[in-house]
Amino acid sequence: MKRLRDRIAGLRVTLWTLIVPPSMWAAHFLFSYLWAALNCAKVGEFATFPTLFAIGTAVALVVIVAAGWVAHVQANRKGDTPPHDSGTEIDRLRFLATATVLLAALSFIGVVFTAMPVIFLTDCR
Amino acid sequence: MATLSLAGCNRHQSALAPFGVEASSTRDLTIILLIGAVVIAVAMSLLIRHAIRTPGERLTHRQGMKLVLWAGGVVPTILLFTLLVTSLPAMRPLPTSRADLTINVEGEQFWWRVAYRPPNAARVVSANEVRVPVGRTVALKLMGGDVIHSFWIPGLAGKMDMIPGRTNTLVVRATKPGRFRGVCTEFCGLSHALMAFDVVAMEPAAFDRWLAAEAKPAAGGNALFAQYGCGGCHAIRGTGEAGAIGPDLTHFGARQTLAAGVLPMTTANVASFIRHPEKTKPGVRMPAFDHMPPADAVALARYLQGLK
Ligand code: HEC
Ligand SMILES: [Cu+2]
Repeated sequence: MKRLRDRIAGLRVTLWTLIVPPSMWAAHFLFSYLWAALNCAKVGEFATFPTLFAIGTAVALVVIVAAGWVAHVQANRKGDTPPHDSGTEIDRLRFLATATVLLAALSFIGVVFTAMPVIFLTDCR
Repeated sequence: MATLSLAGCNRHQSALAPFGVEASSTRDLTIILLIGAVVIAVAMSLLIRHAIRTPGERLTHRQGMKLVLWAGGVVPTILLFTLLVTSLPAMRPLPTSRADLTINVEGEQFWWRVAYRPPNAARVVSANEVRVPVGRTVALKLMGGDVIHSFWIPGLAGKMDMIPGRTNTLVVRATKPGRFRGVCTEFCGLSHALMAFDVVAMEPAAFDRWLAAEAKPAAGGNALFAQYGCGGCHAIRGTGEAGAIGPDLTHFGARQTLAAGVLPMTTANVASFIRHPEKTKPGVRMPAFDHMPPADAVALARYLQGLK
């Protein structure tokens, strides 16, 4: 665990890592729509045990949590007190990390909220 | 403003006076949301008042962030999640079976073609009135005959579009008997606002008796009706009149309103509607019978009203 933490602390958040959680959310949203639409069109009804859907949702959540955790570790690096708003490298990193944490939280909720209707609605009408 | 909204209060056409399963759950959800909104608004006002009156620097940066996290993030998420999970089941359509009554309703400019399809009997054609048995599940097959209309019985269920070339299914179950009203809720032409219908929820036994009577042919034909060629558009079963452009008039006299829920069913109204339907409904698809002597119109009205 300690090793992993150190490895993560060595990683760098960039604009690219920032984009991961919302992209996952968008992909999962599309996946939910396609899953429901394809089932209704091809099978004619909602699957009674949506295994594939559950796996897809779990994958999306795991990726979002991972991205959020990496960012969280970086955001909480020891250093000077807030506010972190100067144009230095470390402040830039902290800003990106905090933004990623917040986005990951939002995307997590988004994925759960998108999955709910697919699980609760049992009818194609 | 208050008087205006109070004028909307009534028992026969209101989503707040439900007589069906779906409308009841929608009403309950509306009340929960309303109470929740008021509670949250009051709580926020108090919090803002408190924040304005308190001198600055009372909270540390950390405490402030904590407040934002909980009051602005965690609590709203939990509230929204609970709301989502409790309201989603209400979106599930009622289950149907082969034994249920099906009613085809087709929107036309500016009236409703209605056909009852009981599971073990022949279909029964009617118009401008929808009757449903209380406690039984009914599948409404909604279609558009010409343009897009929308079918809405506020006290029974949510609205659903009637689209030409498509069949939309709305499953309903009435929970108490009574006379109600439905309307078209998609602009469909000049008389869109004059396109309504009566809804009658009946005890199942009374409904079965009514449907059996509705299936019977009319008492008899009428010379004037034949002479003016009304049968080119209107059907009266059992008389050889079989037009399908206008509403079926076989049991016209048993309806409570005239011209798709627009006028009270009086002889004077029917007679003047026959001579000048466009005066009641602009853009109507029935021609004016300007040259018809008023006495003939009254005679026709009497005949039609006799078709119970
Ligand atoms: C060109 C076709 C056409 C002809 C001919 C015609 N009608 Fe109509 N009629 C209609 C249509 C369409 C409506 C529906 C009007 C509406 O409500 O928008 C209608 C509505 C009615 C209604 C009201 C029905 C209801 O359920 O409230 C009555 C009554 C009626 N017609 C009687 C007559 C009589 C009597 C004649 C002959 C003198 C006649 N119509 C000739 C097309 C026709
Ligand atoms: Cu309409």
